[in-house]
Amino acid sequence: MSRYLLRRLLIVVPSLLGISVVLFTVLALAPGDPFGELATNPNVPPEVGAALRAKFGLDDPVWLRYLHWLIAMLHGDWGFSFVSRMDVDRLILQRLPATLLVIGSSQVLALLVALPVGVLAATRPYSLFDQVANTFAFIGFSLPTFFTGILFILIFSIYLDWLPFVFRADIAATGWRWYWEMFRQAIMPVAVLGLFQGASWTRYVRSAVLDVIRLDYVTTARAKGIAERAVITKHVVRNALIPVVTLVALQMPAVFGGAIITEQIFRVPGIGSLLISSILANDTPVIMAVTFVFACLVILFNLIADILYGWLDPRISYR
Amino acid sequence: MAGSTLASPTADPAIVGIGRARHVSPGTEAWRRFRRHRLAVASLFILGLMMIAVAAGPLVWQIPINDIDFGARLALPSWSHPFGTDDLGQDLFARMLYGGRISLAVGLSAMAVAVVVGIIVGSVAGMSRGWVDAGLMWLTDLFLSLPALPVLLLLIYLFRDPLKQLVGPELGVFFLIVVVIGGFRWMPVARLVRAQFLSLREKEFVEAARALGASKWRQVVRHILPNSLGPVIVAGSVDVAAAIILESTLSFLGLGFPPDIPTWGRILFDAKDYLDIAPHWALFPGAAIFLAVLTINFIGDGLRDALDPRKVM
Repeated sequence: MSRYLLRRLLIVVPSLLGISVVLFTVLALAPGDPFGELATNPNVPPEVGAALRAKFGLDDPVWLRYLHWLIAMLHGDWGFSFVSRMDVDRLILQRLPATLLVIGSSQVLALLVALPVGVLAATRPYSLFDQVANTFAFIGFSLPTFFTGILFILIFSIYLDWLPFVFRADIAATGWRWYWEMFRQAIMPVAVLGLFQGASWTRYVRSAVLDVIRLDYVTTARAKGIAERAVITKHVVRNALIPVVTLVALQMPAVFGGAIITEQIFRVPGIGSLLISSILANDTPVIMAVTFVFACLVILFNLIADILYGWLDPRISYR
Repeated sequence: MAGSTLASPTADPAIVGIGRARHVSPGTEAWRRFRRHRLAVASLFILGLMMIAVAAGPLVWQIPINDIDFGARLALPSWSHPFGTDDLGQDLFARMLYGGRISLAVGLSAMAVAVVVGIIVGSVAGMSRGWVDAGLMWLTDLFLSLPALPVLLLLIYLFRDPLKQLVGPELGVFFLIVVVIGGFRWMPVARLVRAQFLSLREKEFVEAARALGASKWRQVVRHILPNSLGPVIVAGSVDVAAAIILESTLSFLGLGFPPDIPTWGRILFDAKDYLDIAPHWALFPGAAIFLAVLTINFIGDGLRDALDPRKVM
């Protein structure tokens, strides 16, 4: 297992390098440069502009600029936000917990919906429950997250007035009351993201369980007299989860996309809403850094999926 | 279906000649299987209606989309304004008919870009062994692990203004969005095509073509590619839905089309600050996006029943 882990960790390095090359190429190809504002600003004398360009190495060849940028990123020097007037890495660290909280809890919610519903639907294929679950799953992943978000605000905040629709980082309360307020304001963003994910996972779980449940070893397990419940939970689900983990890992980029939208709708102070606001404010260092952080998060979750693989199917880690 | 159907339609009359009672072409057979998915047929009908409405609607419903009428601000749906009006008193029904054209056109064109790129990458990878295949698949995996929405936003942020100056605001944004969305959806198609190619190129009928001296190009275009298109069509239909969602997402974040082009996502973006006083303004475009995506997904499901070789019915 440890050798397998090591190998997976080694694969992460070229992917990260590849992504950094792609991002840097995009930035280098883009017309104009991030210091364009300084160059056109009449208050900045041309010699100061030129000195700045030389200082930041903007006239160097592309590969040299890439190396400089990469080394600076590795040193934790992520640049300085034009708008917020603070270091980009501190800004992102401030915003990251909210994003991870929303994404993490929505994934748990999605799993809590998808696993039982998918397994139940697969054990009774083409029954009424299966058809209803299937239709709801279709509706669930056809509803774009921004529309579900608006519907939730309309129903739960405006008509029923149960939940707050703006996520606040500074709740004026302590102790249990703080947790309660935090829980109340997290319900809607987490539900929007979680139900969307849960709907598509339900279909994956259902088809994966259907594939496994026909296999001979399941019949053997039943023939041995093991209770149906134990057959399903211990023998079927574990093996069915292997393809599901792959599909879930492939969906991770989409999850982050959904997180950006939900953060924007509910004003969650995470890195997704930071990305949007810095795009609207032309804050290039922050945009680059946030995009890179999102890419790193995707790779991190893929790594977690790989580790889960090794745990679910020991054969993989021995290969 | 892939390996078992006839490689070319020219062989059909021969079979009829041998004396089979009733000949069924692959197309008829697929349609028969598609029809059994009732929701897919209903979806096809509804989507067709929506397409006719956005194509012909603006010719019939002749209120201009930018006709400002402060007397009817935020009006509820009525006979003169079936979907109500927005904060400037513009008729939402007219705006949605016009915006629907753009939303559906973006979806279809982005799908075309994704499918073409995917087929090219997938077939090159599938026909060549060694480092070309490995390199292309590494690229595919790299694109699969890029977070699409943040990178999409980055690209639009960097390239929006120069393109606007180059070809005008509307066309520029349209091109950018179609190319960028297409450029982020080709990977599943490339993988499917490659997998199909790997198995099909070893099949007997391709070997027969090779033995008869067919060039590599002819083998691919006449024999392998047509037989690998089933799953690609299914993936393409899902791509239309995904592209519509992505376009609406960009417009909803205020980073897609400019305000004078009322795509459904853009109308929703404008409406979200008036939820408490004019919920209809947000509900109609949202429902339109939902309906389009839902019907396309159901059609994709029906196409999977009809075309996917892995599911034998």
